[in-house]
Amino acid sequence: MKDINFDIMTSNSKPGPGDAGRTGSWRVVRPVIDYEKCTAAKKQKSICHLCWLYCPDGVVTKEIEPKIDLDYCKGCGICAEECPVNAIEMVEETGPSEEEE
Amino acid sequence: MKIIESGNVAAAIGVKLAKTQVIAAYPITPQTPLTEKLSEFVEADEMEAEYIAVESEHSALAVCIGAASAGSRAFTATSANGLLYMSEQVHWAAGARLPLVMCVVNRGLGAPWTVWNDHQDSISQRDAGWIQIYVNDHQEIVDTVIKAFRLSQTVSIPVMVCYDGYYLSHTYMPFDVPEQDKVDVFLPPYEYKHTLNPAKPENLNTVTMPFSRLDTDGVAQPSYMNIRYNLQQELRKSIDVFKDIDLEFKGIFGRGGDSIITPYHCDDSEFIVVSMGSLSNRIKDVIDQLRGEGIKVGALCVHLYRPFPDEAIVNMLADAKGVFVFEKAICYGNQGPLFSDIKAALYTQEKRPLIHNFILGLGGQEIKNVDLYDAIKQSCSAPETDNDTTRWLGLER
Amino acid sequence: MNKEITNAVQLTAEEFMYPGNRACSGCGLSLLYRIGLKAMGRDCIFVVPPSCLTVAQGLYPIAATQIPCVNVTFASTAAAATGVRAALKAQKREHTKVVAWAGDGGTSDIGIQALSASIERDEDFLYICYDNEAYMNTGVQRSGTTPKGTITTNTPIKGKLQKNKDLPAIIAAHNPVYIATCSAAYPIDFYNKIQKAQRLKGLKYIHIHTPCPSGWGMAERLSITVGKLAVTTGLYDLYEVENHKKVLSGPSAKLLKRENLKQVSEYFKTQSRFRALSKEQIEEVQTEVDSKWQEYREEMA
Repeated sequence: MKDINFDIMTSNSKPGPGDAGRTGSWRVVRPVIDYEKCTAAKKQKSICHLCWLYCPDGVVTKEIEPKIDLDYCKGCGICAEECPVNAIEMVEETGPSEEEE
Repeated sequence: MKIIESGNVAAAIGVKLAKTQVIAAYPITPQTPLTEKLSEFVEADEMEAEYIAVESEHSALAVCIGAASAGSRAFTATSANGLLYMSEQVHWAAGARLPLVMCVVNRGLGAPWTVWNDHQDSISQRDAGWIQIYVNDHQEIVDTVIKAFRLSQTVSIPVMVCYDGYYLSHTYMPFDVPEQDKVDVFLPPYEYKHTLNPAKPENLNTVTMPFSRLDTDGVAQPSYMNIRYNLQQELRKSIDVFKDIDLEFKGIFGRGGDSIITPYHCDDSEFIVVSMGSLSNRIKDVIDQLRGEGIKVGALCVHLYRPFPDEAIVNMLADAKGVFVFEKAICYGNQGPLFSDIKAALYTQEKRPLIHNFILGLGGQEIKNVDLYDAIKQSCSAPETDNDTTRWLGLER
Repeated sequence: MNKEITNAVQLTAEEFMYPGNRACSGCGLSLLYRIGLKAMGRDCIFVVPPSCLTVAQGLYPIAATQIPCVNVTFASTAAAATGVRAALKAQKREHTKVVAWAGDGGTSDIGIQALSASIERDEDFLYICYDNEAYMNTGVQRSGTTPKGTITTNTPIKGKLQKNKDLPAIIAAHNPVYIATCSAAYPIDFYNKIQKAQRLKGLKYIHIHTPCPSGWGMAERLSITVGKLAVTTGLYDLYEVENHKKVLSGPSAKLLKRENLKQVSEYFKTQSRFRALSKEQIEEVQTEVDSKWQEYREEMA
């Protein structure tokens, strides 16, 4: 049979972050964690982790001192709302970020 | 080995020989005995397949789409309103470039209800992007089903094998059953480029944009229109692929070689009668009769209807004095579909034949040989009269 | 992956969904999907109809999901999942789990036929209905599970006139091998239920009440709070049904011992989609909820 070269194009997507770009640009408030109030950070033990559990986007790390990926955090505030010890405050994103400056 | 069986059983045998792995079945006249036969094969352990009695035709093709995406050879069959119910899926399967085979046992569309044969059902889906093949007898049914599986996975485009309800599905003819070991040589195991696989995860048939977007590696990926353009290009290329596959089949089984069109006394005819499906057999008898009277008329049976083999057809028809297209479907508000396609193909020719269109047999309305004889003889004797006109044959007086 | 878990600490830190996706900020589906995938692992194939999840999983050519998935037409989710399972069986790859995810529209309305038949045929896959109580992906139109009185874009002034379908009850009447109701606000509960379901053969159905800040009209940060209120007011129950036997789970089971549940009006006032509810309509709902819990106490306590 003659050589056939068929591309067989479909819309098949490969996994990767940022389908919607840098979704950190969506937010108007960002979460700031007070490690002196945070139960896991205070006790230096892997406990609680509710901010990590409830984050819809998985941008909170499951660490003793949880970190937030601000590139992708949409600023929903669920982490702040659910933190049992009010260790997270949603701070206004009014000025330019450090990078932008 | 030659057996005498119905057209539906011939199709079922083809599906069995192809070692189909997933069968979706929903009853609709006149297809039902095909999928019934398949259930017999499966329950008697003559076939190792998953047989799923679905709850609608839309789901039947959905099962096939799911199965084909997950890496298995899948099949379903339907007719008329069943085909229309799954129409969304028909378009989907083509756009998803799935190697699927479906038998359409041609039947007229409601409303009003009819269970009898015409081609309106498959014709209504001709623009979906499937390969469409119309066959004439039981040998062609079993052979073409097997060729269809091979063709669909070679070009990754679904194939519709159409045969006339009742005229072929329910009549009995002798035909040769291809040997399983030879079919195994002809038809390699199922392959699909985008098979779902946890080891290499991909998200299939995702939402596209009207423009190209970069993927995670920064490489530009096509827009919707570009993907659809690829379907059209590769659908057109599949004409040649089908020719090659058919020749390969001929080499193994000793029959075939006229997969696209079958001419009958075309080379020494002034007038050529064109048709698709089992009607072509009847027309050949009438042609013999007329040739016996000295009229230089021949016949052309079109098998591959989509992609439209314009080159092959134009080669056969351009030099004729008159071309008379008989078909069992109509593009409402315009003329017959095959007629329109042939006219368009001939448009740029220096020499164009006079061309007549006859619509007949809708809803299984009786086609009398005497009516065919009269119409063809009349057209041959006065081809200028009623040129480019669509006439309905066999209407009750 | 087999033991029941009781807290977040026991959950794997591995993520199966990439951030930077198109889910709304504060999306309940995004949360349940993220946690649900931890319960399922990577040896899965997903089937998804047009829905919020289609968009959240990514537009071509980027997939936010790390699991292989096939997008299918709206009515065909359960049928396509049937086909995927049949193919895996034919190829003897039965260890791979098939999971169909559809919204309430895609399940209770256009998709109910295929789902009903799949249960009747006892197909082997997990069907998850994430119920945000409207066609959210197309901009908040009413569906079969939208509660009576809800303002949606096609019930914009009077609110939906009809009572919603009790979809889990309809599914339970088919007697599938396992049916459970969950809430995105109680992720540990549905994690455990998914794990349990995946150990069973046959059609497993999980219905997940899914808070949607965009469509329900509440602040994004209140997704979990509101989701929990739906349960603690007794309006939405978490349960499992196996062999016709209904058992309340965790947060709902706790309510059996309580004489006075929170009033449903507390739940309704958190969301602007309920702004058209009259006092009489709210009282009607309260009466229904009260009598439901009275029955529960009599049957199950």
